[in-house]
Amino acid sequence: MMDSLLSYWEIPLFRYALFGGVLVALCAALLGTTLVLRRFSMIGDGLSHIGFGALAAASVANVLPMAVAIPVMIAAAFLLLRGSAQGKLRGDAAVALMSTTCLAAGMILTYLGGGTNVDLMNYLFGSIFSLSQKDLWLAIALASLVLPCYGLLYHRIFAVTFDEPFARATGVQAGAFQFATAVFTALTIVLGMRLTGTLLISCLLVFPTLSAMRINGSFFGVTLISAAIGVGCFLLGFVLACLYPGGLPAGASIVAVNAAAFSICAGAGEIVRRRRAHH
Amino acid sequence: MLLEVRSLCLSYGKREVVHNLSFTVDKGECLCVVGGNGSGKSTLLRTLLGLQKATCGEVVLGEGLSHKGIGYLPQAMAAQADFPALAREVIRSGLLGSKGLRPWYTNAERQYADNAAEVMRITNLLNRPFRDLSGGQQRRVLLARAFCATRSLLLLDEPAAGLDAASAEELSLCLERIRKEEGVAILLVTHDPADVLRHADRILTLSTDSTLWDIEEVVRT
Repeated sequence: MMDSLLSYWEIPLFRYALFGGVLVALCAALLGTTLVLRRFSMIGDGLSHIGFGALAAASVANVLPMAVAIPVMIAAAFLLLRGSAQGKLRGDAAVALMSTTCLAAGMILTYLGGGTNVDLMNYLFGSIFSLSQKDLWLAIALASLVLPCYGLLYHRIFAVTFDEPFARATGVQAGAFQFATAVFTALTIVLGMRLTGTLLISCLLVFPTLSAMRINGSFFGVTLISAAIGVGCFLLGFVLACLYPGGLPAGASIVAVNAAAFSICAGAGEIVRRRRAHH
Repeated sequence: MLLEVRSLCLSYGKREVVHNLSFTVDKGECLCVVGGNGSGKSTLLRTLLGLQKATCGEVVLGEGLSHKGIGYLPQAMAAQADFPALAREVIRSGLLGSKGLRPWYTNAERQYADNAAEVMRITNLLNRPFRDLSGGQQRRVLLARAFCATRSLLLLDEPAAGLDAASAEELSLCLERIRKEEGVAILLVTHDPADVLRHADRILTLSTDSTLWDIEEVVRT
């Protein structure tokens, strides 16, 4: 087993996928904590569909895909996060509307542009070995933005997530937060779409936090544990997909490991709760 | 004088809810704000906190008080039943306004938060998850958080709503300690006549007719 892992290590695309994936999984888990707790769990799913539409448009118009997808997704993330705070169109409804519209637009554009395109299929279901060296640099840039911001603003992130009106009353700029969250989430999803595909990206955002919440009751603890679970499940799922005889789709394998981790955490949390109630 | 409101007009959406309101809050006093639903109580609080602009008139803060330095206990929150946070983490978040951009808490700040917990008699709950506490305990944790945010003025929005008699009594004792031992003034929005009788130095009555408001002194014998 070690031998085959070592032989994989020789392949540059394996290393790009491994490092890029770890960084994206880490950022996704950290951003996921605040998104899940603010009831924006579906935003990842919605944004990735919007991204799919943007990529399809870019591929038909023959422009650089990321140059279209990134600004469109940042704008959409900001609108979704802000719109539902103002309560005009409820968050879940807005996500459903925008994501299905953009997915449909992407499919129509792809069809009109000359049938199914392999690249777009990769975006739908993920193709982890399509991460290029440029994508790895993008992932490093993303992580070197998200990690320091998260560390420096940790207490503010907690305050806004726990109780936004109170945080605003104590002088936290909630609008700036929303913008930063939107930008980081959009970038994480653009990169994550390569790993797990449009259809499974939500997993990287929501599973680690939901698992961590089962076994820990402090915000600090949940933040750390969810980062560890996010990275750990990515590594395990990725290695499993590579080592399984004949191979497995990496995105699906990562989601399966995350689902297993969630069941274990939920079971462990329940046992601890019952014990405590018993004593 | 801590706070002076001069000929304030407030709107909720397009509807004017308060017209030409003037009152003051002095150091260490308790002003109770009463009035039916839609009379503008919460809008008034939001304006005093600087979250909303008045359509006319002004709010003047004295004694070195700023909007950020006002402690605030919001109405009972919904839908955060599973939020992972220790009581200690929640209370400390009240210190954010005075902390500036420094990313950690100093020992003095931690001490201050622990003292706030002591005033509310919840020191034993500090390391418990907020989601596992009873309604009354949660409200006292949030009151400690509000207390951390201020040295002089607390705005409380129906603090005892939904609490049983015993929990409401514990909360009332907290309010008394805050005023008498810590000298913090309280602006208390409430529906409960018992709260008014017990705490109020003066009563501000708002009504659904924006021009009809009234302020009266409570005479204690």
